[in-house]
Amino acid sequence: MITLIYIELQKIFKRWRTYIGFLAIGVLVPIIQIALFYEGDSFVNGMTRRLQDTFLVSGNLLNGYLIGHLILNSLIIHIPFLIVLVGGDLLAGEATAGTYRLLITRPVSRFKLLLSKFFAGSIYTASLLLFLAIMSLGLSLMIFGHGDLIVFTGKILIFSQDDLLWRFALAYGFALIGMITVFSLSFLASSLVENAIGPIVASMSVIIVLFILSALQFDFFEAIRPYLFVIRMNDWNKFFSYNIDYSTIWKSLEILIGHILVFFGIAAYIFNKKDILS
Amino acid sequence: MCKLIFSSDLSSSFPNKFRNILEELIIEVKNLTKKFKNFTAVNNLDLNVHRGDVFCFLGPNGAGKSTTIRMLLSLIKPTKGSIKIFGKDLSKHRNEILRNVGAIVEKPDFYLYLTAYKNLELLGKINRCDVSKSKIFEILELVGLESRWNSKVKTYSHGMKQRLGIAQALLHNPELIILDEPTTGLDPQGMKEVRDLITTLSREKNKTIFLSSHLLSEVEIVASRMIIINQGIKKVEGDVKELLNSEKLNVKFEVSDIKVAKYIIETSTWANALIQLQNNVAIFSLSENEVAPVNKFLVEKGVEVKAIIPSRSLEEYFLKITAGEI
Repeated sequence: MITLIYIELQKIFKRWRTYIGFLAIGVLVPIIQIALFYEGDSFVNGMTRRLQDTFLVSGNLLNGYLIGHLILNSLIIHIPFLIVLVGGDLLAGEATAGTYRLLITRPVSRFKLLLSKFFAGSIYTASLLLFLAIMSLGLSLMIFGHGDLIVFTGKILIFSQDDLLWRFALAYGFALIGMITVFSLSFLASSLVENAIGPIVASMSVIIVLFILSALQFDFFEAIRPYLFVIRMNDWNKFFSYNIDYSTIWKSLEILIGHILVFFGIAAYIFNKKDILS
Repeated sequence: MCKLIFSSDLSSSFPNKFRNILEELIIEVKNLTKKFKNFTAVNNLDLNVHRGDVFCFLGPNGAGKSTTIRMLLSLIKPTKGSIKIFGKDLSKHRNEILRNVGAIVEKPDFYLYLTAYKNLELLGKINRCDVSKSKIFEILELVGLESRWNSKVKTYSHGMKQRLGIAQALLHNPELIILDEPTTGLDPQGMKEVRDLITTLSREKNKTIFLSSHLLSEVEIVASRMIIINQGIKKVEGDVKELLNSEKLNVKFEVSDIKVAKYIIETSTWANALIQLQNNVAIFSLSENEVAPVNKFLVEKGVEVKAIIPSRSLEEYFLKITAGEI
């Protein structure tokens, strides 16, 4: 299995499409950092204006943790679109290229092939998030230095800089499960058709529709809202509170992992039954 | 002192072990059927391939050849019927069987963004075979691609991809090689090389080869046994020589004077074998051993024979079979 995953990783990382996500993050994050480097003080002043009326604010507020948190907050919604570029292509791309025939005539079960592709895709997803973490948190800490983190979530929360790294680590860990859910959706779409564009567009459409549904505050959607994975994906934010609501986090993890298992299970069923005609 | 042994005695004294090996069924297909909704691509197909056969699979476009090959390689699941390879049920022992099968299915597709070397290395690793540099170069040399080992496959011509397809099929040294139109896209020299390779693999390496081809002349040269299918149904199966010898050939005699030849032929016993007289060419329907007597007869009667051209017998046979004339 390790050999199969290694082979799939080689196939993923030898394609230019794989690097679109890294390129997007590699360009976007420094642009945000440059903008904040020059206009960061006025940005922080604007953010803490009300606070300054009551408190004396001191220390380095425009620090790497704040920038890392801001970038994670704004980019995590867009990362799914970069993930489906690879996830949607993993199976359908083999069908389009005709290489299904090469793979499936090998002495390896279809399930193992599928599982290796799934693991390889998950590793790609993790590497993309790791890159985001290095670029947004690592690079920001180097440029802007350390300091306490101010978080606005309806109320103002201040976290000591000694109390932050573990929160970021758990938040990224949780975000990874959310992103693997997105990857699983695109993987399932990829198993359905023999053209890579279809699954990519379909997965993006599903994510957009679910984002819209999650934003609509109608009672009609209340029953399904707790089960929408796009809502649960945002619960990485819960690690940035004084009393972390672990029960909600566990519930969200259960729902996300449930989605992953269902998406993968359907993909495995389809792939196993599939007649390879390409 | 000499001792005469009758052939029957010889066959009975031939060790059972060797006789069993020669008669061993490598592929055994029974009642194989594949339906796509209302369309039946393959209908109750039976076929047997023995060890060491170069077994040719013939049929017009859409006859069900590729569907059958895909079922043999577990790319498609049969609707009905059984496939045994090396005596084992394909549905139950898929991986064990495929470990000993090399194949090209239709056009040779590869990971275009990888080099030929990398493609072979990855595929070899999945097969858990030797993917050492020397082994890969040995195979690339065999198909004449050693100088382009480091080029990405997207820069390859169709013929080069076809050669790489053969390389990947042979990489893990399989006992059974399934080749679906292996010479498509190759130049005449390349086609000859593939034919020679098939002959070498069969005769010297004792490989069993299941070959599908549209090039009937090629089949006639390399195949030992064949099957012809049409519309998913088996039309004929057997030894190539036996099947072809049971049929008469169309033989063209190019003569100097057609008027004289016409008079001589029409007043002889060969008139019944004459099919057509046209532009200094007389066409006869003859068995293989009747060609020389006709030539002798014409020459003795003073007709100069400039050329004798037998028509391609398999092509005639194939067309008759698929047209339902046989």
